[in-house]
Amino acid sequence: MTTAIIDYQSGNLHSAQKAFERMAAETGAGPVIVTSDPDLVARADRLVLPGDGAFPACRNALFAVPGLAEAMVEAVEGQGRPFLGICVGMQLLASVGHEFEETSGFGWVPGEIRRITPEPAVLKVPHMGWNDLVVDRPHPVLEGLATGDHTYFVHSYQMQVADGADRLAHVEYGGDVTAIVARDTVVGAQFHPEKSQAAGLRLIANFLAWRP
Amino acid sequence: MLKTRIIPCLDVADGRVVKGINFVDLVDAGDPVESARAYDAAGADELCFLDIHATHENRGTMYDLVTRTAEQCFMPLTIGGGVRTVDDVRALLLAGADKVSFNSAAVANPSVLTDAAMIFGAQCIVCAIDAKTVAPGRWEIFTHGGRKPTGIDAVQFAVTAAENGAGEILLTSMDRDGTRQGFNIPLTRAISDAVDVPVIASGGVGTLDHLVEGVTEGGASAVLAASIFHFGHFTIAEAKAHMAGAGIPVRLS
Repeated sequence: MTTAIIDYQSGNLHSAQKAFERMAAETGAGPVIVTSDPDLVARADRLVLPGDGAFPACRNALFAVPGLAEAMVEAVEGQGRPFLGICVGMQLLASVGHEFEETSGFGWVPGEIRRITPEPAVLKVPHMGWNDLVVDRPHPVLEGLATGDHTYFVHSYQMQVADGADRLAHVEYGGDVTAIVARDTVVGAQFHPEKSQAAGLRLIANFLAWRP
Repeated sequence: MLKTRIIPCLDVADGRVVKGINFVDLVDAGDPVESARAYDAAGADELCFLDIHATHENRGTMYDLVTRTAEQCFMPLTIGGGVRTVDDVRALLLAGADKVSFNSAAVANPSVLTDAAMIFGAQCIVCAIDAKTVAPGRWEIFTHGGRKPTGIDAVQFAVTAAENGAGEILLTSMDRDGTRQGFNIPLTRAISDAVDVPVIASGGVGTLDHLVEGVTEGGASAVLAASIFHFGHFTIAEAKAHMAGAGIPVRLS
């Protein structure tokens, strides 16, 4: 079983790679590769899409690699491979983003990416730091995680899901902020599991063990 | 609910921690990676490495250190000191930093914040501000380790830095740094109120009550301290328990 972390020159993949390697070794999940090669992405058994920065910049960088987005679409829509998006990688699962300009996402989790507007307005944006999860519904990737577990967030935009059943967990920050989404073989985490110490490593291990 | 962050800061020179930390089980207190692991295990919310003699020649040492830390510590890591260009940011992020802090360079060339934020996102661009009181209720930016006055108003500069793309302000009071008399609360409050982005209070922590004041009176989103943790005066857990007791939300698990 090979896990491919998709590299499209968006920020640092080193931490994600190390976290996945560690949990893959602990759970016997097989090799972890970091790649932008569409052939390797097409052949991988599970895919991870990280992402840092603005939605349009990430989307454009991803689509600038010839064949990469097509390989991802085939893996998810054609083959039903397990797929995990992290931070902006999670946001790219949505139908459309509204950061700077309207930009389309993959649409695997129907919804929109909109700026966080916490009430009262005195709350700072970006939403930066450790927040405690509220689990909305059980899911294999949440095995061993519970309401009250802390994970690390750094973001100014969030996903508003079209179908409430797609939201697995949220946090409270002057209103609900979507933390984890899932639909079919796709999951997304707005927080950084690779930076969330024990809770984050648990989510990664669960994803590596997930057989949807 | 979002928790108030406690951030230990390690001053690093030539790949070594300058003020070694006093953890009993630490084999080499001067090794930043060992110190980082100890703070990771102790429940620190983030880590900050400050390269205090950053020169072109020793950058490689810092990159190596960041890489080795990121391999072992699955927590957020901010790197500052000697960061001047977009390429410096890229190299540190690739090495494994999560956030990179500009200081003097952002004063000399404020647009570097915008350039970096456009490429890497504002969430990973920190603007460090070293401010000194010049009159009651007036603070000025000092650069080059606090030696060089600039005539620039600190509050105005913070507002501009956030507008230019800084996703966070690391605010150090030069009056209080190293004094153990507590944060400069009026300065912290003035800047926290003026900007929309999170402010990390720094400089002057001597007691656990100082950490509380930085949040309750200063309005900071995070508190940074060095010596009270390094020298073993207090543990991260003690700091968090004290803050929780004062009604501040912290991450205890």
